[in-house]
Amino acid sequence: MTKVTMTVNGKSVSGEVEGRTLLSTFVRENLGLTGTHVGCDTGQCGACTLHVNGKSVKSCNMFALEADGAEVATIESMAAADGTLNTIQQAFQDHHGLQCGFCTPGMVMTAASLLEENPKPTEQEIRTYLSGNICRCTGYHNIVKAIMAASGQDVSAVAAE
Amino acid sequence: MYAFELERPTSLADAVNALKSEEAQALGGGQTLIPTLKQRLAMPETLVSLTAIDELKGIRREGDTLIIGGATCHADVAAEGSYPALSDLAGLIGDPHVRNRGTIGGSLANNDPSACYPAAALASGATIVTNEREIAADDYFVGLFETALNEGEIITAVKMPIPQAAAYVKFEQPASRFALVGVFVVKTANGVRVAVTGASEGGVFRWSEAESALSSNFAADALEGLKVPSDGMIGDIHGSPEYRAHLVGVLTKRAVTKAG
Repeated sequence: MTKVTMTVNGKSVSGEVEGRTLLSTFVRENLGLTGTHVGCDTGQCGACTLHVNGKSVKSCNMFALEADGAEVATIESMAAADGTLNTIQQAFQDHHGLQCGFCTPGMVMTAASLLEENPKPTEQEIRTYLSGNICRCTGYHNIVKAIMAASGQDVSAVAAE
Repeated sequence: MYAFELERPTSLADAVNALKSEEAQALGGGQTLIPTLKQRLAMPETLVSLTAIDELKGIRREGDTLIIGGATCHADVAAEGSYPALSDLAGLIGDPHVRNRGTIGGSLANNDPSACYPAAALASGATIVTNEREIAADDYFVGLFETALNEGEIITAVKMPIPQAAAYVKFEQPASRFALVGVFVVKTANGVRVAVTGASEGGVFRWSEAESALSSNFAADALEGLKVPSDGMIGDIHGSPEYRAHLVGVLTKRAVTKAG
């Protein structure tokens, strides 16, 4: 076991991990931050997406030790301390951007990265950026709509399907 | 995953030493290797992560050559832009999360027959720089998942000459986002190079007939009537060998048109 130290959601944390301990495992099991979901565990579905040093990564496809010294942000950092949802989360609620909710933490973290890189994305840019996040309920339509709304754009032209 | 030790050296010298131990393997961004470990298809005793080594990261331009550190992630290559066709290619690998972790050195060392970077390296006439030597791309790609790298040899940088014109066109396998077939075309003062990925069971290859035709006339029309044989092409549920051979012709034309 090796000691790993990182900043998660603004708080310095450490723990003892094996070489093979995934960042997703460390966050969920050592830190109890179970908002990060593990869907496929093969690096394809994106439910485990979180931010490492400001960049979105699939935390099931990275070892905890590789985040030693890093700044990590999980879905738990998105809402305010009193539970008030942030703009993206609120837009997902307003536009029904989720059904079962399993993929939602990854979708929200990915949307946050997208809007940081590209504050006013087109519908196509959103769909392309979500290529690494799989949702099996919504058909993506309302997720795309929610992200457009979160970026302050008019979504009345995005027709319901 | 089987248990292993994970080492995270911060200098190239320490990484080279760590890789001398029995059953040690280098870990780039891990976007292929970690899923492979989960399937227990690899059983290293030690993994040596290369992503904490600053001297292996970053991109700089020297004259008309782009020098990309081996541990530079795809997102950084995509954002750099001084070799537009290469940045295009990097920006189409996997998805945003994969591009934030996966590295050029990792991709070239793995030499997946459907990966994108091998096409760019071979078409550009790149030089693969390691801790031991410099290897011309023409000598580097040996076969399926096989390269000229020795045990423990680390790709420290890739030197990419920036050509007069170039383009990459990928016919994406939409589930994996690897190339079902991808063609990278490069035009220089010395002629044209065409590298094809995703198609051959032997991995990336140069299509020499197309290169000759395009060197005398750099236009899609110059490829009329040229075909690659379907023998030795990959056949799977996504496409037959004949389909892939057909795509090589179509995508090469599109790449030439795109390169202008």
